Amino acid sequence: MNASPLLRLTSLTKSFGGVMAVNQVSFDVDHGSIVGLIGPNGAGKTTVFNLITGNYRPDSGEILFDGKNIVNMRTNRIVTLGIARTFQTIRLFQNMSALENVLAGCHCRMRSGVIGAMLRLPWQKREEREALEIAVHELEFVGLRAHLDQAARNLSYGNQRLLEIARALATKPRFLILDEPAGGMNDYETQVLVDLIIQIRDRGVTVLLIEHDMNLVMKICEKLVVLEYGLMIAQGTPAEIQKDQRVIDAYLGAPDEDDEDF
Amino acid sequence: MKPATIINVVVVAALLVAPYWLNAYWVDVLNSIGIYAVLALSLNIILGYAGLFHMGHAAFFAMGTYTTAILNTQFGIPVLWLMPLSGMVAGFFALLVARPIIHLRGDYLLIVTIGIVEIVRIALVNNVFGITGGSNGIFGISRPVLFGHVIRTPHDFYYLIFAFAAITVFFFLRLENSRFGRALNYIREDDVAAEGSGIDAAHYKLVAFVLGAFWAGMAGTIFAAKMTIVSPQSFTFWESVVMFTIVILGGSGNIRGVLLGAFLIVGLPEVFREFAGARMLIFGAAMILMMIFRPKGILPPPPRTFNLDFLSSARGGGK
Repeated sequence: MNASPLLRLTSLTKSFGGVMAVNQVSFDVDHGSIVGLIGPNGAGKTTVFNLITGNYRPDSGEILFDGKNIVNMRTNRIVTLGIARTFQTIRLFQNMSALENVLAGCHCRMRSGVIGAMLRLPWQKREEREALEIAVHELEFVGLRAHLDQAARNLSYGNQRLLEIARALATKPRFLILDEPAGGMNDYETQVLVDLIIQIRDRGVTVLLIEHDMNLVMKICEKLVVLEYGLMIAQGTPAEIQKDQRVIDAYLGAPDEDDEDF
Repeated sequence: MKPATIINVVVVAALLVAPYWLNAYWVDVLNSIGIYAVLALSLNIILGYAGLFHMGHAAFFAMGTYTTAILNTQFGIPVLWLMPLSGMVAGFFALLVARPIIHLRGDYLLIVTIGIVEIVRIALVNNVFGITGGSNGIFGISRPVLFGHVIRTPHDFYYLIFAFAAITVFFFLRLENSRFGRALNYIREDDVAAEGSGIDAAHYKLVAFVLGAFWAGMAGTIFAAKMTIVSPQSFTFWESVVMFTIVILGGSGNIRGVLLGAFLIVGLPEVFREFAGARMLIFGAAMILMMIFRPKGILPPPPRTFNLDFLSSARGGGK
């Protein structure tokens, strides 16, 4: 594979009215890896995601995807380049069926426009069929084929998270960003999710995820990046991170100077 | 046969034979309904599918009507030939005015589009470039000729208008069930999620505006031909409100709903002419009741269905 990383963040900085949400963050994501972005609440993890996907613009710094600077690119362009995401607060098209939701992801790999639709040309019909096929296939992949007619809002919380992943996969990404995919899932659903993320990686999709479930993170991530107050305080393998004193302090709280001997 | 199919057949058959029983007055009422139906269908692309609160559709209608009126009276170009050109002028105008405001949401967009329709009307009244005829408007638009037949009476126009309406429904149904139609629906539901799925929301909103305006402009050609006199009074803010109401009340995003809305909003006041004094009262009460009991309109869009039969046949048998 390529020697250069799939994604490289260099000195990424973003502040919101004086609050440094992300401060000089730099890390790489290698091709075909699963990388976890962890840290306490408010550490700036989701902000990093929003910067990568173009929802926010960084104040400074560079985001290279496959060697190409994607800073200031619009979100839909970034998706077309091959970066797909899910949202921390589920953002499905709630009133639409599961199938329609996944078809939204197919959109950026289709070409037909107004004229093609009005005249219903042969290639347009073929394209529609192919999109349906891909959508059904992705639903099957995440295990929701039986629910394809159901409105997204009627799916269970765990299934809604899976549906978001299916929609993201339908964009044919090379890089998938998952924002707390196990949030609100029970143990069984989390296990299914772990298997799914590994299968996604095996399909050749590089995965970057935010997750609070440390079991899950330690199990599947090859590399972890730890943020605290917008600063990157550590990166390395799960084993290294578990031993890192700064990470332990960040999660458990550093002892104060006054009561060192507690 | 499904009940929906039976209703379709009955309605189409009734529309085909209606002129044989009706006098010129009632046929003219139906003609108005037909033109409003086409206008509301074109607004439905913007308001219904894409969910953009656009209350200035009369401005695009006016652009098409005046394009036809000016070019026909000044250069003698046959009216029906001007249809695509009128559509294009309206579409181009929409592109110009919608581009800077396309990112506005909800009520903000509503206010700006009200501004657009008023600016257009006032510009027409003030005889801009000396070509719009001021508040008197333009008269002497020639009758359309189709296959050597001059379209003159309300009965003639009836078939022209409803043929155009039928073509509109035909194309818009296809549009609704396409990549384009779905993209607009995704944007209406959640534009952040739509962009996150790779849909260029700003682009599609703009295309919706241009297409809706293009169709309204073409409807303007037929309106100009039917009236033979056009004046700014036909393009007031109130006209925009009527189109808006047809879409919202009938069922935004559903072609059947919009057609029903056109019949109710334009047709009922004619049926109940004796109560003309109470018209606004009844109208207002109906609006309030609708918003309480059926906020999505009389006929909200049914869930989209997809034919997935080809999947199981490709695998040599059902699931």
